[in-house]
Amino acid sequence: MTPRIAPVRRPEMGFSERIYIVEILRGLWVTSRHFFTNLFRHSLRLLGLRAEPGAVTLQYPDVPARVPPRARGRHRLLLRDDGTPRCVACMLCETICPASCIRIIAEESPDISIEKRAKSFEIDLGVCVYCGYCVEACPEDAIRMDSGQVEMCAYTREGLRWNLRELSKLPDQGIN
Amino acid sequence: MNETLIQTGWSFFLVLGAVGFGLKLAALLSWVERKQSALIQDRIGANRADIFGLRILGLFHIIADALKLMLKEDFIPPKALRPWHDIAPALSLGCSVLCLAALPFGDRIVFLGRAWSLQPLPLSAGILFALALLSLGVHGVVMAGACSGSAYSLLGGLRAAAQMISYEVAMLSILAGPLFLYGTLDLAEAVRSQAHMFHGVIPAWGIFFQPLAFLLFLCAGAAETKRAPFDLPEGESEIVGYFTEYSGMRFGMFMTNDFVETVLLSGLAVTLFLGGWHLPGLSGLPQPFLGLAQVAVFSAKVCAMLWLLMQLRWTLPRFRFDQLLSLGWKRLLPLSLLNLLVTAWALWWLS
Repeated sequence: MTPRIAPVRRPEMGFSERIYIVEILRGLWVTSRHFFTNLFRHSLRLLGLRAEPGAVTLQYPDVPARVPPRARGRHRLLLRDDGTPRCVACMLCETICPASCIRIIAEESPDISIEKRAKSFEIDLGVCVYCGYCVEACPEDAIRMDSGQVEMCAYTREGLRWNLRELSKLPDQGIN
Repeated sequence: MNETLIQTGWSFFLVLGAVGFGLKLAALLSWVERKQSALIQDRIGANRADIFGLRILGLFHIIADALKLMLKEDFIPPKALRPWHDIAPALSLGCSVLCLAALPFGDRIVFLGRAWSLQPLPLSAGILFALALLSLGVHGVVMAGACSGSAYSLLGGLRAAAQMISYEVAMLSILAGPLFLYGTLDLAEAVRSQAHMFHGVIPAWGIFFQPLAFLLFLCAGAAETKRAPFDLPEGESEIVGYFTEYSGMRFGMFMTNDFVETVLLSGLAVTLFLGGWHLPGLSGLPQPFLGLAQVAVFSAKVCAMLWLLMQLRWTLPRFRFDQLLSLGWKRLLPLSLLNLLVTAWALWWLS
């Protein structure tokens, strides 16, 4: 079978494109339109009037980042109505985690209908790759990545190993 | 009183004023460049430098830049040719700063019973002086490339040399057209001959009689300043330029030189094509104020030209080197010679 060849023709340049001056003027029109529109908007806002923002820039560290609602942020361990963690220490998340950043120690639960619970549940957020497999694997809907927190920092590596109590809280509930 | 002393003092003051004008404007241009490009690209632009929390639209970045450049280590590569590598930026910047003194900022003012010239260097061949110094400035650039002891700098310097010599030739023949028209090489005289109104409606500015020359001058001038779309010699981030081996304030001098050259080119364009200090309806002012108004008009026109050059710089993509050379030799030069012929023929036919 002969390969099929699709010849791509270079677009022919007309006279006005070849002398370039008309094209320069068109380009100047585009850049000047942006320049004056944005200058006008910036001036209005500087005077305290309502106007569209003159720039799409987000002044990030000053203004918090806009995280989309479905973005995978820091994990959150969900609690039952009585305040105990939903986690039943089935180890599925620890097993599936490609970065091996979850460390669960199981113990027997006093509640006979639950059987097991996590004695300790640690996620090393410095190692986590935020793939979301743990959320997919969890049969109890005990772990979600919906905290909306994407800025994790600490002065030591240990500072990024969060325990069960820290992981159960939302960012506005006292931690960070 | 001592006539020479007064004249010398006044000239000294004027030269200082002109150089100050150029350097201040060049410093301001570094801010304008950031902010204008930001506005064009829907960004905010540099705005973080502050003094006691005061930011005033990022104007302190000029001071921050200067401080940073001065405090940085001035590293000289061991393979550099010593005296030449060191003086290259000074030669480049010195030539273009000196050139500023040839610009006519205004006509003569009559004040305190004496005529004061507002042109720092009232030369009878001012335009030749300007062009000569512009060509001398190329030596600094080539020297920087050749004496850095780096192959990349050398290539950048060679590109600069090829580009600037090509456009130097075109520049001369472009400027010959308007100079035929004004019949003088004196920049102040050239402005004076643009004073009258043509048919009472349009001012007799060079741009209306030499529109082609104005376009060609803008093109050659942009190439002369080595800024985009003709920034092949430096190529800020993509192609390695002639000042690769420079650091600290020596590098800063090359950057300043670019901006000073831009100011200079705008000044020349205003002088030769945009009527210099003239503005219709201005000549009615009483004498000492007229001079100030003229300086203001000249500066305003220079700023408008600078805006246009900046806008062009952020609009156009960079040329390829063969495109650049063929534009210079195959388009600009023949067109400028044609312009020269037509001008000469028209002047002969009219006289």
